[in-house]
Amino acid sequence: MINQSNKTLNTNITKLVNQPYKYGFSTTIEKDIIEKGLNENVIRLISQKKGEPNFLLQFRLKAYKQWQKMKCPEWSQLKFSEINYQDIIYYSAPKIKKKLDSLNDVDPELLETFEKLGISLTEQKRLTNVAVDAVFDSVSVGTTFKKELAEQGIIFCSFSEAVQEYPELIEKYLGTVVPIGDNYFSALNSAVFTDGSFCYIPKNIKCPLDLSTYFRINDQKSGQFERTLIIADDNSSVSYLEGCTAPQYDNNQLHAAIVELIAFKNATIKYSTVQNWYSGNEQGQGGIYNFVTKRGLCAGHSSKISWTQVETGSNITWKYPSCLLVGNNAQGEFYSVALTNNYQQADTGSKMIHVGKHTRSRIVSKGISSGKSKNSYRGLVNITSKAIGARNYSQCDSLLIGNLSNANTFPFISVLNSTSKVEHEASTSKIGEEQIFYFLQRGISLEKGVELMISGFCRDVFTELPLEFSAEADRLLSLKLEGSVG
Amino acid sequence: MKDNIPILEVKDLKAAINTNEILKNLNLKVYKGEIHAIMGPNGSGKSTFSKVLAGHPTYEIRSGEVLFKGKSIIDLDPEERSHLGIFLAFQYPIEIPGVSNEDFLRLAYNAKQKFKDEPEVDPLTFFSIITEKLKLVDMSSTFLSRNVNEGFSGGEKKRNEILQMILLDSELSILDETDSGLDIDALKIISHGINTFMDDNKAIILITHYQRLLDYIKPDFVHVMQNGKIIKTGTASLAKELEIKGYEWLK
Repeated sequence: MINQSNKTLNTNITKLVNQPYKYGFSTTIEKDIIEKGLNENVIRLISQKKGEPNFLLQFRLKAYKQWQKMKCPEWSQLKFSEINYQDIIYYSAPKIKKKLDSLNDVDPELLETFEKLGISLTEQKRLTNVAVDAVFDSVSVGTTFKKELAEQGIIFCSFSEAVQEYPELIEKYLGTVVPIGDNYFSALNSAVFTDGSFCYIPKNIKCPLDLSTYFRINDQKSGQFERTLIIADDNSSVSYLEGCTAPQYDNNQLHAAIVELIAFKNATIKYSTVQNWYSGNEQGQGGIYNFVTKRGLCAGHSSKISWTQVETGSNITWKYPSCLLVGNNAQGEFYSVALTNNYQQADTGSKMIHVGKHTRSRIVSKGISSGKSKNSYRGLVNITSKAIGARNYSQCDSLLIGNLSNANTFPFISVLNSTSKVEHEASTSKIGEEQIFYFLQRGISLEKGVELMISGFCRDVFTELPLEFSAEADRLLSLKLEGSVG
Repeated sequence: MKDNIPILEVKDLKAAINTNEILKNLNLKVYKGEIHAIMGPNGSGKSTFSKVLAGHPTYEIRSGEVLFKGKSIIDLDPEERSHLGIFLAFQYPIEIPGVSNEDFLRLAYNAKQKFKDEPEVDPLTFFSIITEKLKLVDMSSTFLSRNVNEGFSGGEKKRNEILQMILLDSELSILDETDSGLDIDALKIISHGINTFMDDNKAIILITHYQRLLDYIKPDFVHVMQNGKIIKTGTASLAKELEIKGYEWLK
């Protein structure tokens, strides 16, 4: 009896979750490409094309040497075929006909691409209250509200531009939070990264706009290796969002990014991600391999870093946004919703390293698995011996849809200080047939019912998203869940 | 009244779960303004019957017909049956974590409004509608902010079912053991709610084990179900007789 009814339920839910990917188109544009393959010359060429100072070239070469000695990590038990690093294009940029003075000079084809994605870069239609840096394959194509922000002393620009304009800041902070050899993918990124966003909030400034970077992979053979660095000086604060999409291709593409955040005394950084890379088709072919290293350093007294992520895309997601709580009274937060479907694999969580006294951290992770997907929470709470009075609260909830999906929780807790307080709560639940039937019997549609249950399940995380983006997250989840049922 | 088309007509209904046939040639006619009680021993198919009427996907209809106001509903989804006016008060109302009772009730109400081509109501308007209905089942408004059935006591769950029945103003309500697990006070409250709700345009099927409920809600007919079909039909006095003699008496 269970088999038959579950069949009905599964088909309905499958219909519901398997909505076509709406960002799967690609843009035809003249490109400047470095032939695929990776070696020292390619790295020198990337550096040269970007006109980088010598320190950066040395940084890259050192990283490349490290990377060659390293091995792809296997501890996460993710299943994927070996990546051929010689078959990836490491540099692909839309050809620039002349130097860009303003967004009006950006290729209309590119503007249109972002327009289609719902990101308007043109002056008259751009998003209010949000400054956007748009990254297309390997380069940033435009940043909005730059002048307005500069009036407050805020720097918000593409990483490449920052290398040219503020090399001293880059040299001082690059790689300080995520060292070159931190892990296999961070070493690779450090060698070949092409663009990304840079942001500096000066002392005592509360950034008046939300800052945002929108990443778009377009080229079929290219990987995306971007790098984001955000520095919040004493008593400053900033809220930042990144969004990601990619066209639908049969092959897997690699995305290996690094995000480094530094918060000084009393500064606050809120970093939100809505990740919707192409996740592959129903058989699990294609889609992005998303191997990302995100880490924040709470350097100053009472500094605070808060990560919020909504992960719905990618064939594989491997990311653990973390906080190093060094300053006394520093605070770290991680709020996550990860939705997986078909053959998607998500291995995500957070690391909270407590070093300073009375540091606090909070982890709220919500995993939703449907189809034959695998969704794991993996986290570390590390209370070091000096972290007197440290506190952590972790909550990991899993929601299963159907009978074939898989949810795991791997919490690691290490406590070396007896004055600390660490709490961990976990739950697993399932959207069951009887719940669905209850909705239907009351005249509420399947899609509405599932949407309600999922949004109820995710509420604790969604309330953490900046107002402008919680709508986007809702839209994204309902995109995946909106259905042709009934 | 009986010249009209019955609100529900079940003809030679056979239904099964996988290979196990539960309902075997079941026949029943229910007209507007009638209350029917279905009694019977455990495993006789009463709950199955209620779920089949509501369109639960687990059950396969093998043969026979179910007509609602003269039209077959066998091929309709549970959602469509609900819109037409068929309501099932569950024996074990399920908990729905993360979804507030108020949102749930409003969505259900608005789904019905939409089906009737009437305007959907905003949360404020809905609040005043639901507040009136709450009184009928003696529930406080704090009830609305809790998640659907989550942490509700047995009695609260059953009252919540009756509240939904009243709110959706269903024409045909099937109450599956709504009286089970209720103390005498809760039973009185629920019966009062049901009696206030009932009128000449509606029909109710009460599925129960006990005569006790029928002291508060007077049925027009009492059916005894056994082995997947109705083996005896009578008036309220039949229930009393059963209470004394037990089901064995009918064999």
